[in-house]
Amino acid sequence: MSRNRARLIGAGLVSLAMLFTVATIVLAATRPGPSTSIQIVIHYSHFDPSTVLVRVGVPVTFTIRNDDPIDHEWIVGDAAVQQKHRVGTEVVHDTLPTEQMIPAGETRVTTITFAQAGTLQYICHLPGHEAYGMAGLVTIR
Amino acid sequence: MRRRLAMALSGAALATILVVGPTLACGGLIGPNGAVNLVNTTTLAAYHDGVEHYVTAFQFQGGGGAFGSITPLPGVPSSIEKGGDWTLQRLVRETSPQLDFQREATPAAAGAVEIMKVRIDALDITVLKGGAADVGQWAQAHGFRLPPDAPEVLDFYAKRSPIFLAAVFDADAAAARGQAIGDGTPVHVTIPTPNPWVPIRILALGKSATDQINADVFLLTDRAPAFLPAPTGTNGMRLDHSDAATQSLLDDLRSDRGMSWVPASAWLTKIAVDAQASQLSYDLAIDASGQGMPSYVQAGFDAPQTIVVESATWTRLVVASILALALLILVVAFGRPRAGRLTPAR
Repeated sequence: MSRNRARLIGAGLVSLAMLFTVATIVLAATRPGPSTSIQIVIHYSHFDPSTVLVRVGVPVTFTIRNDDPIDHEWIVGDAAVQQKHRVGTEVVHDTLPTEQMIPAGETRVTTITFAQAGTLQYICHLPGHEAYGMAGLVTIR
Repeated sequence: MRRRLAMALSGAALATILVVGPTLACGGLIGPNGAVNLVNTTTLAAYHDGVEHYVTAFQFQGGGGAFGSITPLPGVPSSIEKGGDWTLQRLVRETSPQLDFQREATPAAAGAVEIMKVRIDALDITVLKGGAADVGQWAQAHGFRLPPDAPEVLDFYAKRSPIFLAAVFDADAAAARGQAIGDGTPVHVTIPTPNPWVPIRILALGKSATDQINADVFLLTDRAPAFLPAPTGTNGMRLDHSDAATQSLLDDLRSDRGMSWVPASAWLTKIAVDAQASQLSYDLAIDASGQGMPSYVQAGFDAPQTIVVESATWTRLVVASILALALLILVVAFGRPRAGRLTPAR
C-alpha cells in the first residue's frame, strides 16, 4: 500500500512539475523583452504592437508592414519631433530612419540605434490618424 | 400631373431641403482632409419583386473633383439611371408635418474590378467589385483620400458584399451645366437581391465618435417589414412612420422618372437615424418576406466567417492540451481508489 501511495505521489509531483514547466515557457514566451528585430504591423489604422522595448546603443531593425489599403506614416521621436510633424507640411519623409512612409499594402525596413534611455512615441501624422489611435511607445533601457 | 406636383412640392421641397437637405444617402463622403460633414441624408430603399430600388441624391459640393463618396451595395446593380425629380421630397412630405402647405398636399486600379460605369449629368458613377484592400487602393488611385477608419469599414462591408458604388462630381461638367453648390443629382440604382439591406455604418465613415449623424431612410415594401436592429430610438434609429402607403403617394411616386415599377399597394416605413457616430456599428437588415427573420449577417452582427485556425491558435491549442493532460494525470493519481477498498469484504 505504501508503495502504491508513493507511486501516486510521484505521479502527482511529475504532473505538477509539467504544469510548472509549461507555465514558465508560456510566461517567458509572452513577456516582452528588449529586441534587436521588431515587426510592427499596421492594421485598421493601428500599430501592433503599440509598445516596444529596446536597448540603449544597440541597433534595432524595425520591419513595418502596412496591411491597410491606405497610406500611413511611422514617425519616431520625442514630443518636439511629433509636434513638428503635427503642424508640418512636409509631404515626403525619406531621409531619416526614424521617419518612414509606408504606402498601402507595402513594407518598410529601417534600422535605428537609440542613443539614450527614455521613452519615445511613434505616430502616424496623416490627417486624423493620430486622433484615431495611430500611436505607439518605444521604451529604451 | 408632373407640373402640378412639382409646383406643389417646390415650396415644400425648399423648406425640407433647408431643414433636412437631401444630399447623399448611406454613403461615406470623402474629402481632401477626410470626410465632409453632412447636415442630413435621405434615401429610399424600396423592394418589390425581388429587386431593391435605391434612390438617393448626390449633392454637388463644388471643388475640383477632390471628393466623392463610396456606398456599399447589397448586390450587383442591373441598372443605374437618373432618379426622379421629386421622389425623395415627396416621401419627406408624406411622413413630415407640412403645416404651411397642407392644402396643396393632395398631388479599376489594382484588384478592384470596374463592373459598371455610368455618367449622370456631372456625376461619374463607378460600380466596383473587390475586397476592402482592392477598393481602398482603387479609391486612392482615383483621388479619394480615405479617412483612417476606412480600412475597417470597407472590410466590414466587403466581407458581406464586395460591391461598392463610387460617385465623383466632374466639377467642370457641373459648372458647364450651371450646377450650383448644393444642387442634388438624384440617382436610381436597381439591384436584384433576395432581401433589401441598407448600409448605415458607412454614414459614420471619417467621423469622430461624438459627431452627430442624421439621416432619413424610407422603405417601400410589399408588406410590413421586420428590422434588425429594431429601431428602438435608443440605438440611434427611430421608427417615425409605419403604415400602408397612401394611394396618392404611390400614384405620385409612380409618375416620377423611372418609378413605373411602384406597385398598386405597399407599406411605407420611415426610419430616422439620429445617432452619435460611435453608435452606428451596424447596418439595417430587412426581411420584407413576412417571415419576420432579418439576417444577423446583413445587419453586421455576425460576419460570414470561414473558420481559420491561425498559428497562434494552434499554439494555444497545444498548450491547452498539455495542461489538460497534466490535469488528467493529477485527477487519476489522486482520485484513484485505494486497492484495499476494492477488495471484497469477504
